[in-house]
Amino acid sequence: MTEKPLISIEGIARRYPAPGRQTTTIFENLWLPIRRGEFVCMIGHSGCGKTTVLNILAGLDAPSDGEVIVDGKAISGPSLDRAVIFQSHALLPWRTVLGNVAFAVKSRWPKRAKEAIEEQARRFIELVGLGGSERKRPAELSGGMKQRVGIARALSIEPKILLMDEPFSALDALTRGTLQDEVRRICLDTGQTTFMITHDVDEAIYLADRIVLMTNGPGARIAEIVENPLPRERSRIDLHRHPHYYALRNHLIDFLVTRSRTLRDQPADGHDPRHPPVVRPSAAPELVVTTPGDAATLPLAAAHKH
Amino acid sequence: MHRSQSLRAGLVSLVILAVFLTVWHLATRGTGATAGMDPEYAKLMGLTATQGKSAMPGPLDVAATLWGHLSDPFYVRGTNDMGIGIQIGWSIARVAAGYLLAVLVAIPVGFLIGMSPLMSRALDPFIQIMKPISPLAWMPLALYTIKDSGLSAIFVIFICSLWPMLINTAFGVANVRKEWLNVARTLEVGTFRRAFQVILPAAAPTILTGMRISIGIAWLVIVAAEMLVGGTGIGYFVWNEWNNLSITNVITAILVIGLVGMVLDQALARVARLVTFPE
Repeated sequence: MTEKPLISIEGIARRYPAPGRQTTTIFENLWLPIRRGEFVCMIGHSGCGKTTVLNILAGLDAPSDGEVIVDGKAISGPSLDRAVIFQSHALLPWRTVLGNVAFAVKSRWPKRAKEAIEEQARRFIELVGLGGSERKRPAELSGGMKQRVGIARALSIEPKILLMDEPFSALDALTRGTLQDEVRRICLDTGQTTFMITHDVDEAIYLADRIVLMTNGPGARIAEIVENPLPRERSRIDLHRHPHYYALRNHLIDFLVTRSRTLRDQPADGHDPRHPPVVRPSAAPELVVTTPGDAATLPLAAAHKH
Repeated sequence: MHRSQSLRAGLVSLVILAVFLTVWHLATRGTGATAGMDPEYAKLMGLTATQGKSAMPGPLDVAATLWGHLSDPFYVRGTNDMGIGIQIGWSIARVAAGYLLAVLVAIPVGFLIGMSPLMSRALDPFIQIMKPISPLAWMPLALYTIKDSGLSAIFVIFICSLWPMLINTAFGVANVRKEWLNVARTLEVGTFRRAFQVILPAAAPTILTGMRISIGIAWLVIVAAEMLVGGTGIGYFVWNEWNNLSITNVITAILVIGLVGMVLDQALARVARLVTFPE
């Protein structure tokens, strides 16, 4: 890797004191570089500390060990360079949609004139498709619209990194789909570097360039990093017709069902926390040429290391 | 549906009022002239003896007195004979002064306690001991140190309005949702802006609840305080009329106290609605 990563997670751990002068280790020795413009999803079961990883990246939490380097500097707290989209949208209910986004813009550029701040806020409200709702308060919006405001607020400060903590998990399936489409469009258009926590396999397949698999906690670690074999130009409608789709999906499901537990108890031979195995699941070559519809009947596709 | 219900509720209220006034009127009306009483003695004893009239005034007496007070509320005929409007004015002025002083102290200190767990624990014993003290217990101490009865009454209002506001402000500030504070942190919002644009609006409904409790208590206490300090105010008026044995005036004053208390409470309720946000 010649290009320096934008974010480098270097050996972070999180431990909590436990009864009897012991400590519980949620995760330890986590190493992960994230390149500029990359969309990385982290998947794991509850309790593996994925939200803590995100909070450490956001600067809201500090690691017990190790550090996170962003743009060549170790982070020491929250920063406007790293915007967070919260699971619970976290809008200020006494402010309007415009007020919520403008609050963020004003934080980023305190000296800007009011008109310029509002114009920037309006631009991003427009971008997430909420034009016309600027004067509404969060209580008047549906769950999906609230999360759109949350996305507009995060993007409006033009962050280097976008951090998302299961942003769509509280939404219904239809709304979730639309918002995923829009986040994908925006991130591709602007080359936004994004780190997202999810437990939704399909969401990860659709959005991510790389998917980080965490073993179960406590004592969680990165089991492997899956490279998404699907083309960067992908659409939700015919995603599942791609020959590699089921190989990838089965690989992820298998991991969540069994390997996330077995790999914690029994790490793979020669597991190096600094360089977790990188996997690129794909259909066996002879099967790639079959009609896409047959992919559904494939046996468990082999995942090969490279 | 909703309209007709409020209409019916209003009607029931009127019926209850009518029943109450009728019973009151019947219970206090005269039983008729007493026959064969020495005219000199009857003159001495007044209507109570000659007409069998109850010593308790009836609703018509109170209405007449109330009308008399309301048609000329601001007269001054000497230190012990002033219009009810002036007396109420004195009471409201004292409550306002003591209450505003309490707001100026309680909200900043409450903010401090709410934001600092250390200060919260350090000040807790003092608050716990001071809170249950009846505000009137401070009166002798206030009279001794301040040496002015009017200011002492204001001090008593101050001390009784302080606690609900202080405790509610501290609670509201300490319980601002973590996620809103995290938003402020990730946006690198400064302390000043965070206090005024995130914590204050978030805690405002709780603070206003405390302010509303306080104004209620202050209005309860001012009557008692003015009975003690004397001179002016609606509490003094009540005590003065009791000494005059004018039950009619006492009842009138009670009515007026209730009305003013309701107006104060409703005013605060209106402000509270302004700062409350739906979630």
